Amino acid sequence: MILLNLCKSYGERAVLTNFSAHFEKGEISALMGPSGCGKTTLLRILLGIEKADAGEIRALGRPVAVFQEDRLSEPLSAIENVRLGRKDATREEAVALLSALGLSADAEKPVRELSGGMRRRVAIARALIADADTVLLDEPFSALDEDTKAEVLEFTRTALAGKTVLLITHDIDEARSFAGNRLYSFLVHQG
Amino acid sequence: MKEKSAFSLLHGLFRRSALQKAAAVLFALLVWQIGALLIGEELILPSPISVLLRLFTIWWEAGILTAIGYSLLRIAAGFFIALALGVLLAVVAGRFPFVETLLFPYVAVVKAVPVVSFIVLAYVWMSSRTIAIFISFLIVLPTVYTTLLSGIKARDEKLEEMADVFAVSPKDRFLYLRLPNLAPYITSSVSLGAGLAWKSGVAAEIIAISSRSIGGLLYNASLEMRNVDLFTLTAILVLVSILFEKLLTFLLKLGFRRLWQK
Repeated sequence: MILLNLCKSYGERAVLTNFSAHFEKGEISALMGPSGCGKTTLLRILLGIEKADAGEIRALGRPVAVFQEDRLSEPLSAIENVRLGRKDATREEAVALLSALGLSADAEKPVRELSGGMRRRVAIARALIADADTVLLDEPFSALDEDTKAEVLEFTRTALAGKTVLLITHDIDEARSFAGNRLYSFLVHQG
Repeated sequence: MKEKSAFSLLHGLFRRSALQKAAAVLFALLVWQIGALLIGEELILPSPISVLLRLFTIWWEAGILTAIGYSLLRIAAGFFIALALGVLLAVVAGRFPFVETLLFPYVAVVKAVPVVSFIVLAYVWMSSRTIAIFISFLIVLPTVYTTLLSGIKARDEKLEEMADVFAVSPKDRFLYLRLPNLAPYITSSVSLGAGLAWKSGVAAEIIAISSRSIGGLLYNASLEMRNVDLFTLTAILVLVSILFEKLLTFLLKLGFRRLWQK
């Protein structure tokens, strides 16, 4: 996945200035940067939600995401929320993913009854079930406690093997655990 | 622990509030009874006990159930036509903003003009039997339309983005992402509209002296100075109106729950 000289401004404020990066196809990478440096804007551009003012994106494939917010359907159960990730996703597939993420006991409950950490895992499961070439993760582990985070991170990494994955985070330890040494600093990629 | 105590406190407050409401109703009935005793003239102010006793016997009189049935049919017809058209107009206005602008004068006029003016005007145009349908329809329509349009405008853009990214089908997008946000607006418009339909519909029946209607019975009771019957019929009207509203909101909530809890 190649990003060439992406630029984005909101009025006078430049958020992305000639951002360029090259992420290997089928590999897991992490992009780091402090809060407010434009990480989420980049994600929105990669998802096609916003258009870059200038620049080029090559070989992205169909992307899905774990957004910074959970973006779940409140009255639906965790299972049905996960199934929204893919049209033909079965209940069994959704249950298997939720169980692997430690939510087997709560899979049938409406997500509005779940805690922040549980909801986060439902959002992750929805991205894992999707039929996508590229998966973008915007601080997906932020609402999880340390023990759960380690388990969820490892499972997510394994489940996404073979896909192009980009983790966006400001946590260096999380980035290293998830992407090994394929770490990119957001700031040095802006020219 | 802290959460539990906060919940217990809220639960306690709610229980106390329900008890307080029941006590307030009893107090109001007591004030009414004292007022009736002080005046001492049933023709001016019947006592709640007289009304309660009459409530048990009035059902056996000819025409009461028929009148309730016909009023229910007329008012429900006006309400459901307004609901259907209100939903349709809100959806169209939500999609095409110029339709909202186009409808603005009609909505403003219906909201501002007193319902009696419409009843008197409608009396010239239509029969006394259909007037309640028209008036209920006319008064409910802007309420349903404006409430639903507010709901449509308040749609969750973040969920829409998620649906785009995951290519959620139009059917699932409507049923599981948009409808949950719209549900409180739908329930509110049905609840408000049902109350308005009864108030305006019965007012139309009274002014148009509709035969076989609660409004017609109220008019006759007033004409013949049967004040106990007037109060009793009003109590029946309130009960039927509340039952109508509660039944509709209950069915709506049940429908939503069935839809979302697969």
